[in-house]
Amino acid sequence: MEETINQECNGDTIIRFREVTKVYPLPGGDVVALDKVSLDIGKGDFIAIMGPSGSGKSTLLNLMGCLDTPTAGTLCIRGRNILGMSDEDMTVLRRDYLGFIFQQFNLLPLLTALENVQYPLILKTGSRECVERCREVLKAMDLDASLFSHKPSEMSGGQQQRVAIARALVNDPEILLADEPTGNLDSKTGAAIMHLLDDLNRDRGKTIIMVTHDPSIAEYAHRVIRIVDGKIS
Amino acid sequence: MHSLMFFELAQRNVRLHWLRSLLAILGIIIGVVTIVSMGILGNSLVLAISDSLSTVGDSIIVTPHVGGMGFGGSQSSNLLSDRDVEQIRRAAAPHLTIPVYSGSSRMKIGSEDTVGTIYGLKPDDIPVLLEVDQGSYLRGASGAMVGATFAEENEIKVGSRISLGDKGSVRVVGILKERGMGFDINPDFGIVVEDQWFKQAFGQEEYNQVIVKVNDLNKIEEVKDSIDRTMNRKETVVDVIDTRAILETILTTFGQISTFTTVIGGISLIVAGVSILNIMLMSVTERIKEIGVIRSIGTQRKEVLRMFLYEALILGLIGSSIGGALSIIGGYAVSMVMLQTTEYLFVPSSLVYIVYGVGFGLGTSLISGLYPAWKASNLNPIEALRHE
Repeated sequence: MEETINQECNGDTIIRFREVTKVYPLPGGDVVALDKVSLDIGKGDFIAIMGPSGSGKSTLLNLMGCLDTPTAGTLCIRGRNILGMSDEDMTVLRRDYLGFIFQQFNLLPLLTALENVQYPLILKTGSRECVERCREVLKAMDLDASLFSHKPSEMSGGQQQRVAIARALVNDPEILLADEPTGNLDSKTGAAIMHLLDDLNRDRGKTIIMVTHDPSIAEYAHRVIRIVDGKIS
Repeated sequence: MHSLMFFELAQRNVRLHWLRSLLAILGIIIGVVTIVSMGILGNSLVLAISDSLSTVGDSIIVTPHVGGMGFGGSQSSNLLSDRDVEQIRRAAAPHLTIPVYSGSSRMKIGSEDTVGTIYGLKPDDIPVLLEVDQGSYLRGASGAMVGATFAEENEIKVGSRISLGDKGSVRVVGILKERGMGFDINPDFGIVVEDQWFKQAFGQEEYNQVIVKVNDLNKIEEVKDSIDRTMNRKETVVDVIDTRAILETILTTFGQISTFTTVIGGISLIVAGVSILNIMLMSVTERIKEIGVIRSIGTQRKEVLRMFLYEALILGLIGSSIGGALSIIGGYAVSMVMLQTTEYLFVPSSLVYIVYGVGFGLGTSLISGLYPAWKASNLNPIEALRHE
């Protein structure tokens, strides 16, 4: 897997964009979502991406999350060029090195809190002997043990987001990608979730990239990237 | 362990939507029961027919040609003369040729009056065609052997006397074993007398048919051709048929009927397959967002495919196994209704239809699940995530 290391991808950056362009072909004409974006994110960074809707924030996050590939340019994640990577390899990269946190929490409704956290670990290891680790990760998210056997529909938004962060963390990824993580939470719960992310960044050295509209949330980040019309301003 | 997790997920989804899962399962059950019951019915029919036919597959039967008015010297009596029999004997040599007289007559047994078939055979030929159950074969001139059904219906025993009106009377020396439907003679419903006695009693010099026994089945065609060439050189004097060909035709016909009914059962299974396709497509559409989530957190395409295939498999497995079990009852019911017997139900050639039915049920479910599963696995994760 490491043999495809690209010369351009060398260096101590964990995510590197070089002249990355993303074009969506639409019937009414091509839409340029990202226009020759160059960007370096180092290991342990805490980045907030801000910008109006339709500016290209989500496209940027999807590319970092290996959910999409650039139309042109070089995009390196952990020293590997994403362009030309197979779907299978990108899926493995998402599973092992990336953690996703969504605005809608997106827990699997059929699974309990504990099972939701187990899911990515079983995907990775193929083993179910991981209940203890999953309990620990959930406890570290300050989730009461009595909730472990609850389905997402039986939990509050804040509780669901804690489970979702535990799910993102269980495979010990280097990068956490958060899309409006507090967007569906009240300000108090939102602040608690942000403290959690802050701790993860400071104590465990996780690289965090977060899309947000909220300037008070963006304050938690070390660096704010503003994007307008597909360009970093 | 991967697979176990996906199986578990599939199972929970089936349970969550239990009503529609139940309906799809019901479809599979009906399909499997229909296909198996029809298969068993068809097979039992074939078995029942072959059992009721006498097992004779080794005879050639020569009868006077019927229809077509003869010109000139041709016979108009529809009987075979001694000369004809001699010609057939030569054409069929070295195989045994048995000329047969047959007719019917009023018969009086004790005080009972009835009508029965009567065959006249050379005493030497009788053991070749018929088996004796009680008493003995014909020896004297005025003896008779009685068919099993005829004897039973008229309470005839060895030693009974049967009066044939002005033709005289005969004493029963033997009761024949049941022979079943035959293409040559059907003595179950009649009596057999010595040829000389028949000739005198009925005043008939010529024969009704000639049976040629060919013990080597491979020679049948050859002997048949030879008789046909000899007898029908100028015009068709006799009809030559071989019992094996008739047997095969009948069995093939019933085999086709059986296939046809099974195919009708198969159509109901296709309907069940469509309902599985339908609910699986619903399941995929409802869970687009969920598919986006599991894809984004590292689930491979083939794993999504497997998860949905398991769902179809669970429906198929439950439906097929219940269907397989119920089809024993279904097979019992159709056998009782159509054949009034279930003796052909618990034989391997009938029971194998349960295996076919369960197999087809499973196969149909999997095939129906294939497209929805493929569709689910090929969703674009970003679009799926955005789906509300």
